[in-house]
Amino acid sequence: MKHIDEYRDRKLVRILVDEIRKASRNPFRIMEVCGGHTVAIRKFGIPALLPPTIQLLSGPGCPVCVTETSFIDKAIILARHPGTLITTYGDLMRVPGSSSSLEKEKANGASIRMVYSPLDSLEFARQHPARTVIFLGIGFETTSPASAVTILRAKREKLNNFRLLSAHKIMPPAMEMLIDKTVQIDGYICPGHVSTITGSGIYSPIVQKYGLGCVITGFEPTDLLQGILMLVRQFESKDPKVEIQYKRAVRPEGNKKALHYLDMVFELQDERWRGLGPVPLSGFRLKKEYEEFEAEAFCDLTVPEAKDGKACICGEILKGLKIPPQCRLFGKTCTPENPVGACMVSPEGACQAYFSYGE
Amino acid sequence: MIQSNRKILLSHGSGGTQSRHLIGELFYRVFDNEILSMGSDSALLEISPENVAFTTDSFVVDPLFFPGGDIGKLAVCGTVNDLAVSGAVPKYLSAAFIIEEGLEFETVEKVAHSMAETAKQAGIQIVTGDTKVVNRGKCDKLFITTTGIGELDPRHWPVSTGQTIEPGDKILVNGFIADHGCAVMAARNDLKVEADIQSDCAPLHTLIREILDAGLRVKFMRDATRGGLATVLAEIVRERSFGMDIIEDEIMVREPVRGMCEFFGFDPLYVANEGKVVIIVHPDDAKKALSLMRKNEFGENARIMGEVVQDHDGRVVMQTRIGGKRIIDMIAGDQLPRIC
Repeated sequence: MKHIDEYRDRKLVRILVDEIRKASRNPFRIMEVCGGHTVAIRKFGIPALLPPTIQLLSGPGCPVCVTETSFIDKAIILARHPGTLITTYGDLMRVPGSSSSLEKEKANGASIRMVYSPLDSLEFARQHPARTVIFLGIGFETTSPASAVTILRAKREKLNNFRLLSAHKIMPPAMEMLIDKTVQIDGYICPGHVSTITGSGIYSPIVQKYGLGCVITGFEPTDLLQGILMLVRQFESKDPKVEIQYKRAVRPEGNKKALHYLDMVFELQDERWRGLGPVPLSGFRLKKEYEEFEAEAFCDLTVPEAKDGKACICGEILKGLKIPPQCRLFGKTCTPENPVGACMVSPEGACQAYFSYGE
Repeated sequence: MIQSNRKILLSHGSGGTQSRHLIGELFYRVFDNEILSMGSDSALLEISPENVAFTTDSFVVDPLFFPGGDIGKLAVCGTVNDLAVSGAVPKYLSAAFIIEEGLEFETVEKVAHSMAETAKQAGIQIVTGDTKVVNRGKCDKLFITTTGIGELDPRHWPVSTGQTIEPGDKILVNGFIADHGCAVMAARNDLKVEADIQSDCAPLHTLIREILDAGLRVKFMRDATRGGLATVLAEIVRERSFGMDIIEDEIMVREPVRGMCEFFGFDPLYVANEGKVVIIVHPDDAKKALSLMRKNEFGENARIMGEVVQDHDGRVVMQTRIGGKRIIDMIAGDQLPRIC
């Protein structure tokens, strides 16, 4: 396949693997914080290619996995409210709330539609003026601009039957917090798609404050191996910096238009992350000018405070302290069909990626 | 003849004259065979051997028509293939229709013709059936259930269970995977994809018969439908004292299918097929089986994609295209709903 096969070339892969083996001398722990990377690493079987000095850890980069149970509970209250129509990305359907899931609510008769773009929600809103269409916004800087554009368009069209329930988050505060928590990470594979929007500047504090290397990496095997090689070289020469491996998509300044839309519509608030707890100024909420679209104000959304399962070690997995097979629930009581913890919920979660693609 | 613009009404399922019309004008005429035209409550069959294979399957595909097939072709192929992979010779089929009130008569007619044509191709007769019409909104256009009976030579009993599989055996598949699931997905309006992908929906009984009749030591056969190739392989090794090594390079995926899977984040190994069979044979018979498969129109792109191994019991390990290793496990939930 054009523009993909070039990045899966076996000869190139072998050259990169040889270079990594030559360059890596000291034990080196790399965390990838994007769920897309977690899946790609497992799908292409990258760990089997790396020398024993290098350990890959999966961080909190799957938006579904870090979404609090209370968000699902709120979505369920909204879905049960008469006259609502919920639109959502498909990944959220099976995520367990504290007592139900959107999939179960849909089976019970709630109007819930899967969409690939939040803009599709507006089409539902136009078609069903008597109903309130509520989009469940999850994801990082990658998906939040689409939610912002949707809000701007709804405002322009004066669509008064559209709302957003936002669990949108930004990545850097969580990445910093993980280092603060004395997690043993020596370098970050930084998220490719997030960086397409944000640019590379957001990772500078991680290099400056904590001396960790950051390489923004693509999703193909040669991307990942080249990104790992760049990190290894930085680490071995004690020269941590922000580098862009994924140059064909990421510019240092990011996507200015998307950033502008984000800035117009959203402001930061403290946000709870499943597995990590509260992370200061890491969540997006609508600015006052757009509060008419706020789903939180649509009806009473008081939900019980979320409790993560006792034996579940998702928190430690998201922090990179443990790997999924070290959990005693993994693959036994916690499976993709019946997920106990957040990391087993989405195909991009560390536990499900381990479960599906092996250790 | 049936006029165009006519719609299916509730009374077509009432059991009265309208029902007789639908059955007489359409199904009897299109499926025409002696057993059916007897019009008895049960089809009366002459079956020679002591062993029969017996299977049933329901079809709810959305949309009803997609590139490379339709619900009728699917309903015949699905059941014929289930019989064939059990080592049986498919003989008779029943067909039950649940039709939504208001569906165009012409649609039902087109589906019936497609079923008749596929049945003819498969050398099978549709000998009994049933029709029900439900209120608008109580089903989605048309659901079909087919049940099939096949004659089974007792020598082929172990083929269904795979009990004779042992390390060293070779694993074959008869061509490109993931076509059906992607074709149906692309045909759905809500995804707004334009891709030139045809379903692989096909009856596989001749391909299978040629291998069985050649006296090759076939250890196991299964058609890789829902859940895709990966699910079949993972099911075979589950709780068994052997594993499997497969090679990604030998698993064929067409360009547009790869493109669509990349775009939507599907893994072709888990996408449904309707004309693909996994065959496990004794290593000494693998090449013969491969050349027989390649001579059949539905096996031109057959490959030996791996082998049964003594290592990693209960696990399928794939050597990836870049030389890495990955475990192939069963999928949880459905990647794509209502594809068959």
